[in-house]
Amino acid sequence: MTESAIFSGGPQGMPIPTPDPHFAYVLRHADDNLVAAQRYGEWISYGPELEEDIALGNIGLDHLGQARSLLAHAASLEGRGRTENDLAMMRDERDFTNLLLIEQPNGDFAHTMARALFFDAYQVGLWQALSDSTDATLAGIAAKALKEARYHLRHSSGWLVRLGDGTEESHERSQRAVDALWPYTSEPFQPDAVDLAAAEAGLGPDPSSLESEWRSRVSAVLGEATLDVPTDPYRRHGGRSGFHSEHLGHLLTELQWVARRYPGLKW
Amino acid sequence: MTSHEERFQALIDSEEKIESTDWMPDGYRATLIRQIAQHAHSEVIGMQPEGNWITRAPSLDRKAILMAKVQDEAGHGLYLYSATETLGVTRDEVVELLHQGKHKYSSIFNYPTLSWADMGTIGWLVDGAAITNQVMLTRCSYGPYSRAMVRICKEESFHQRQGYEILLALCRGTDEQKAMAQDSVNRWWWPSLMMFGPHDSASTHSEQSMNWKIKRVSNDDLRQQFVDMTVPQADYLGLTLPDPDLQWNEERGHYDFGSIDWDEFWQVVKGNGPMNRERLSHKIKAWDDGAWVREAAAAHAAKQARKKEVA
Repeated sequence: MTESAIFSGGPQGMPIPTPDPHFAYVLRHADDNLVAAQRYGEWISYGPELEEDIALGNIGLDHLGQARSLLAHAASLEGRGRTENDLAMMRDERDFTNLLLIEQPNGDFAHTMARALFFDAYQVGLWQALSDSTDATLAGIAAKALKEARYHLRHSSGWLVRLGDGTEESHERSQRAVDALWPYTSEPFQPDAVDLAAAEAGLGPDPSSLESEWRSRVSAVLGEATLDVPTDPYRRHGGRSGFHSEHLGHLLTELQWVARRYPGLKW
Repeated sequence: MTSHEERFQALIDSEEKIESTDWMPDGYRATLIRQIAQHAHSEVIGMQPEGNWITRAPSLDRKAILMAKVQDEAGHGLYLYSATETLGVTRDEVVELLHQGKHKYSSIFNYPTLSWADMGTIGWLVDGAAITNQVMLTRCSYGPYSRAMVRICKEESFHQRQGYEILLALCRGTDEQKAMAQDSVNRWWWPSLMMFGPHDSASTHSEQSMNWKIKRVSNDDLRQQFVDMTVPQADYLGLTLPDPDLQWNEERGHYDFGSIDWDEFWQVVKGNGPMNRERLSHKIKAWDDGAWVREAAAAHAAKQARKKEVA
């Protein structure tokens, strides 16, 4: 790899507040999945064919299920009486610690599939490692999620190969999508204090240990898809510390507005 | 009558199912293609008004249920298109007819979903009306359609329950939530009654369909069944139905209800409802936007097939 030009977020000199690292660790993975579910939800009735409407809905539901289990677990770890819905609906943009990659807009189908490939390949490695977590609840959630992520990866890889090695138009669109999303693909493997504390406690892997497998998985798919692995050194980090792109705020606005308009009610 | 026709009629008369390989009159085939395809289109267009609230569901559990429901509808669409294909047309052909405006879909989906309560009301009233019709269709003379209906009815009854449960939660909630539910029911009640189609006296396709046992119960009888079933459910919710003439008729053993605004009904059927243009253009846009994806998949499959041949 050429020398990276990483913009790694966070205003200079501002310490990042760390709540209980165990809570923060579970919460960041919950946020990844919640944001993913929301993005897939946006696709429904816009799919390129009926089968894809079903598939995208199904994948979105998997992510939503994972998010809910993790949020409920985070809420119980926190022990302040907040629920999964409180955590999803009543936190602000800066409190969300999902990866920048997954909050990027759906774009065209190639963008969604490229984003999915990058994310799914990361999650397969992550869930695998988390299945051995010293946190038994987290390990249980991960073991179930791993099966789902393998299916997601098959879906996104299959599509990227078809699109990359399909028509001239689909090839161009796929390459554009891969190039546009590439800057967000090193953040998942950049450990911060929360990750290091989690690794220390045996809660999860040091994320940097997941990178080489991710690279080989992704490179293999891009190769089969006849797409180039980007060489752009620019990298964007910041999601894990709540320094997001401008897209997240709009996603949360939609996600949260009913719950916030009528706080505390049962639905 | 030819021997074909005699055998066909004998099967119908003895309540046996017609299968795709059986001889059938052209009119029977054409009626079924239109009806099943339009049913499939309705499932698919129906994803739009509910999809409209997936990203805004008030809680994660409600979001999960709604996503699963809309996904079921896509599945029903797929299943019904397959039933259509047993009659010798392709899915692409009938979808094209929809896009050209030559095929219709259930008019109910030409109304907008304006509040979260509409997710409840659609489940309760719209799916409820659909089930009333579909339970009848499980006894339809065409085997693939009747079997599809058995399966679809099971999922639809779950949809109806989840809709009712949404409204129950609202009606047990704050005044604002209850008002949201009432407003929603006010908007959807009459269009739901219209789902059963014109009066029997004005229904053009009914008689032949009844003879062929495609349709087993008349529009007005189904509508009455639905009203009778629904009124006590509304009472339990504590909601009023927007019809001053609605009252129990001891003598008939049924609820009497007011007359439907047939002008509105025909306006919406003819394309002049509040959402007709949006629904169809949304559908066409999704299809057109996806063209390059479908082309890519076909091109890739062809490349793979060539590689296999060479190897």
